[in-house]
Amino acid sequence: MEMKIVAERTKLWADKPSPYCPGCGHGIVHRIVCELLEEMGLADNCVFMAPVGCSILAYTFLNVDVCQPAHGRTPAAATGIKRYRPDTFVVSYQGDGDLAAIGTAEIVHAASRGENITTVFVNNAIYGMTGGQMAPTTLPGQKATTCPDGRDVKAGMGYPIRVCELLRSLGGVAYLARTTVHDAAGAIQTKRAMRKAFETQVRGEGFSLVEVLSPCPVNWGMGSLEALRFVGENMTAYYPPGEFKVSGAEV
Amino acid sequence: MAKGKIVVDIDKCKGCELCITACRHGVIALAPAGRANVQGYRYLEVIHPERCTGCAMCAQMCPDAAITVWRESGKGKA
Repeated sequence: MEMKIVAERTKLWADKPSPYCPGCGHGIVHRIVCELLEEMGLADNCVFMAPVGCSILAYTFLNVDVCQPAHGRTPAAATGIKRYRPDTFVVSYQGDGDLAAIGTAEIVHAASRGENITTVFVNNAIYGMTGGQMAPTTLPGQKATTCPDGRDVKAGMGYPIRVCELLRSLGGVAYLARTTVHDAAGAIQTKRAMRKAFETQVRGEGFSLVEVLSPCPVNWGMGSLEALRFVGENMTAYYPPGEFKVSGAEV
Repeated sequence: MAKGKIVVDIDKCKGCELCITACRHGVIALAPAGRANVQGYRYLEVIHPERCTGCAMCAQMCPDAAITVWRESGKGKA
């Protein structure tokens, strides 16, 4: 019986273990980005803009060109690369600490200018690399090392930022979606949304962003399966998945 | 005869079990306690290869790109 390969490691993934913790969603999102770059023939002409955060380690195992700007300034540096070399495909990869805290100004203005770049925003509701501090996206009541009794929105810790809803009103945004990777269906949906975002950039329509809700089992203090459940039940309740804008029009 | 086949790159596996949640056919499980790969993790084993349908859901969930899936030809790529 003839068998053919339906899933394998992409050639953009170096032949060594990824540097992330077991059960980390970054690996799934990296894999989807790499698969799309390969399938869409964009890999040779791509610059992967890494953030400051766990995914700074992307350059250690991905066979793509990687640029590493200062903390939160990934969209600003991506703007520079895209404007100087408009033929380059720019993937700006950011975490929630990088995008929603220190880099809020950069992402809002890159979106409002309608820069023709694609941002992959991995939201795991915590600062992973620095050891599990509270992030702007940490859910109310969720524990972190800097809010050991849970995030108390009334005690000056503020409310979690819904980035897609925040950016939706900006005119320069062409494609905006939120997905999860807590199950296989979500991972497939993530790939579909990211393909649309990549096509948006290829067509030159403007700024595109896909927010991916992702587990961080180690810093949440959970097992990997418990973390998947947390994303599926708690995070999707506060951050509803779906498309917000397609081709510049609100959905 | 199984419709699909999976091969696990044992030394890349970190034993996070995300793939096991995605497999509806009980094809895969963690190796028994005490067995570890070069990274020191319990790794994934194929325990019921005859049940595999080649749906590739396990590979969709693998954060370490450690699973290769074959399927009987005639169906498109996942």
